[in-house]
Amino acid sequence: MSDVNIGPAVGAEVSSEGPGTPIEVLRVEGLEVAFSRYGKGWSRDRLKVISNLNLTVRSGEIVAVAGSSGSGKSLLAHAVLGILPRNAHTSGRINFMGKALTPARLKKLRGTRIAFVPQSVEYLDPLMRVGRQISPDRQAVLAAFERYRLDPSVAELYPHQLSGGMARRVLVASAVVGDPQLIVADEPTPGMSKELADKAMKHFRDLADAGVAVLLITHDIDLALGYADRVAVFYAGTTVETAPADDFDARERLRHPWSQALWQAIPANGFQPTPGHQPYAGRLPQGCLYAPRCPRKGHDCGHHAPPTVTIRGGEVSCCYAS
Amino acid sequence: MGSKLKVIKQSGAYLVRGVTLLIAISILSFVLMSLSPIDPMRAYVQANPGASAENIAKMEEFWGLNDPMPTRFVKWGSALLRGDFGTSKLYRRPVLEIIGTRFAATLALMLTAWTMSGVLGFSIGCAMGLTQGSFIDRVLKRLCLIMCSIPTFWIGLVFLMLFSVWLGWFPFGMAVPAGVAAGDVTIWQRLHHLVLPAATLSFLSFANVALHTREKLTEVMSSEYVLFARARGKSRFQILRQHGFRNILMPAVTMQFSSFSELFGGSVLAENIFGYPGLGAAASAAGLQSDIPLLLGITLFSALFVFAGNAIANGLYVVIDPRVREGVA
Amino acid sequence: MHIEGGSHAHAHAVEHAAGAGAGVGAGELALGPGVGPDAVIGAGRRFALLGNINRRKLAAILTVIILAIILTVSVAGVLLGDKGLTADFSQKALAPSREHPFGTDLLGRDVATRTIKGLALSLFVGVSASAVSAVLAVIVGVCAALGRGWLDHAVNWLIDLTMGIPHTILLILISIAAGRGWRGLLIGVIVTHWTGLARIIRAEVLQLRSQHYIAVAGKLGRSRWWVMTRHILPHLVPQFLVGLILLFPHAIMHESGLTFLGFGMPPEQPAIGIILSEAMRSLSSGMWWLAFFPGLALVILVLLIDKLGECVKLLFNPHSAQE
Repeated sequence: MSDVNIGPAVGAEVSSEGPGTPIEVLRVEGLEVAFSRYGKGWSRDRLKVISNLNLTVRSGEIVAVAGSSGSGKSLLAHAVLGILPRNAHTSGRINFMGKALTPARLKKLRGTRIAFVPQSVEYLDPLMRVGRQISPDRQAVLAAFERYRLDPSVAELYPHQLSGGMARRVLVASAVVGDPQLIVADEPTPGMSKELADKAMKHFRDLADAGVAVLLITHDIDLALGYADRVAVFYAGTTVETAPADDFDARERLRHPWSQALWQAIPANGFQPTPGHQPYAGRLPQGCLYAPRCPRKGHDCGHHAPPTVTIRGGEVSCCYAS
Repeated sequence: MGSKLKVIKQSGAYLVRGVTLLIAISILSFVLMSLSPIDPMRAYVQANPGASAENIAKMEEFWGLNDPMPTRFVKWGSALLRGDFGTSKLYRRPVLEIIGTRFAATLALMLTAWTMSGVLGFSIGCAMGLTQGSFIDRVLKRLCLIMCSIPTFWIGLVFLMLFSVWLGWFPFGMAVPAGVAAGDVTIWQRLHHLVLPAATLSFLSFANVALHTREKLTEVMSSEYVLFARARGKSRFQILRQHGFRNILMPAVTMQFSSFSELFGGSVLAENIFGYPGLGAAASAAGLQSDIPLLLGITLFSALFVFAGNAIANGLYVVIDPRVREGVA
Repeated sequence: MHIEGGSHAHAHAVEHAAGAGAGVGAGELALGPGVGPDAVIGAGRRFALLGNINRRKLAAILTVIILAIILTVSVAGVLLGDKGLTADFSQKALAPSREHPFGTDLLGRDVATRTIKGLALSLFVGVSASAVSAVLAVIVGVCAALGRGWLDHAVNWLIDLTMGIPHTILLILISIAAGRGWRGLLIGVIVTHWTGLARIIRAEVLQLRSQHYIAVAGKLGRSRWWVMTRHILPHLVPQFLVGLILLFPHAIMHESGLTFLGFGMPPEQPAIGIILSEAMRSLSSGMWWLAFFPGLALVILVLLIDKLGECVKLLFNPHSAQE
């Protein structure tokens, strides 16, 4: 018996096509998210937190979105799931299985074909039993629990009674209850030991191998590299480069100066900091967002946003990409 | 497992604490009454101008006013244990009997006010919580904060002026129409007389319940578990029903139970304004006329009432929150 | 100031920022120190700061204005002669007019004059009772938190005892014990109001005591007294002042309620409670102004003091009043 037995529970639609022929499950194009807020008195202004974000996730792959903690990349997950707060305004295009993901369509798909894996048990109502909370369909819950070798009695526990390992499996199990084609995992490993985090990542890898598309949002690029197929590098509310995970083996294989800076900051690669800091959402620079810190910037970088181009099988938004 | 035993043990300890508290309250209130420089006999004489010296001496003997304080307390206490709360000077009937009949009237008043403030406060609190930050929310919140600063007795007077004197919608006082025999009073007449005092009394806690509910609902709606519930495809209504019920409604009910103290205190004022013949009016009348047995009886009864409310509130917490049940939180 | 709608994004950001500040976690290391504070909080915090400066300025101005109003009322209460208080049957039961803005009562006394006098009385009772009550609360709260276990238990029991009887009933009992009048009123209001603040102070001291520098001071051989006066009491000042101001409206409302019932101030005083209980007797004759204006004035006074408490809280702790 394998650790996780992938039965017919995982999308019939996907398995019929087979993991071998990936299809585009999620496509995000030119996404922008802004918050309106009250200023002095009654005035209102908008705070742009995500701009010009492009991303695709295919069936059978894990795409990791890596960026610093709380930089707004969780908002990408929330935008895909349509659970942003009311004062958020989004624009751009999100497609799911080739069709626009309208609010009405999202309402139908959320919780079934599109699933969300949160950070921790803090995302469960402390006053409600785990099983009933995940889904009113007891059979589905028990089946999902069985896949992750959770005892049926766990369904009768309250969130605070779950151990760390149990909590991790419960949260993943909650995602597979609805037979998903896309799983959006938002920082699923914070505060976990290396061992526990590896187990959690293994669950996502297994799901991807069974044909599910996984969007993994994380600040731990080191951990993600071991499991993801592609890594999208997040900077100041946008993705600057989407590269195959293997490209992170060597600095030269990366395309964007910020990805290269990130590469240098990984402990194994010398742990070198880059001077400067990400611009504040309210004070984004004109043109390329990375320009103020970029060692390679040209005189026109400060004027217009760089186009996204494909170089060596990776997408990059930089006029001077190598 | 052991949790059941724990609950029994805890309730036992709670009960013991309640009993000791009641004993302490009876000692405290008795001592307070004995400290009073107000001569209870003078009040009696004032109320009965025709009383002879012989009569007064007899009354003094009857009330045991010549004994030292500890002796009187033991006498009073042992009588209490036998269920004898003494006789009211004011109404010339056994204290327990007065408390019984008057409490029935007060209970009707308090229950109406309690339900009214609970239901109305909760609904308005929900409305504010769901529209948090909006214009409606801001206006309602401001109103609630203002309501918290309005004294019960003044709003009672305003209601009287507005609805009884000016508009003439409601009678001017009393629990039943004057000159109607007790047996002939219809339920509608009783209700008619109940509306204004109950509205006044509910004014006391209404805004508190609303603000508390608003706070709680805002907290719940911006919680991570609601975010996750939305991500699982739950509708706003489902979320309100599943996560709202335990997280907002029950705390509001619990809070209502622990507000018995203010409710009782408020009923003293409301009953006085509307001449409603309940326990509160009896308490202030007993205080003004130095009817010590009655005042002590009402004090003990009110303490018991408050204790019962708190006990129910605590019990509800245990039922609702599994973490409290296991002593985690 | 805040981003409207209790944005959870904002909450997340703050949480993360706290984590980053507390120590560099494994996750932070992965990105290296080159990554600065994140976009959302960075802007949020700056915005907050800006908002708070304005709010604080406004709070300071409001504090001064409210204090000035309170002072004016108190001084006016003392300075206003007995002119409006003496019976004048030629001016009996007049509706509000330019000469008598609040009207006159059945004895021809000016209601406006009596109201101002009454407010001054209420302020006097409120200030003295809540000041004593607050001091009592600090003493009891500190003793409970720093004293031995039994002392803490005793204090908690005492609080339970005080809260076990409805306030109005306890006030009546104390008033009778003290022979009614001023003394009973003051003692009663003091005795019934210390409990809430005592609990807050106790919790605050317990929290302070668990902090490192206090434990270190104790280990360095500082006496309990030294630690308390140097490290604990100064931190209690804001709590004390805000608690004191918030006690104030309660004290005033209980005072006037008790007086209204006939247990508080003597009937010859122009207290708000007395004015209203007199007014109640002539309500049926349609003399609405007798009860309306004095009560409204009391409500406004209470609201002003509430606002004052809010302002002082904001001045002491800019982060407390985000909403």
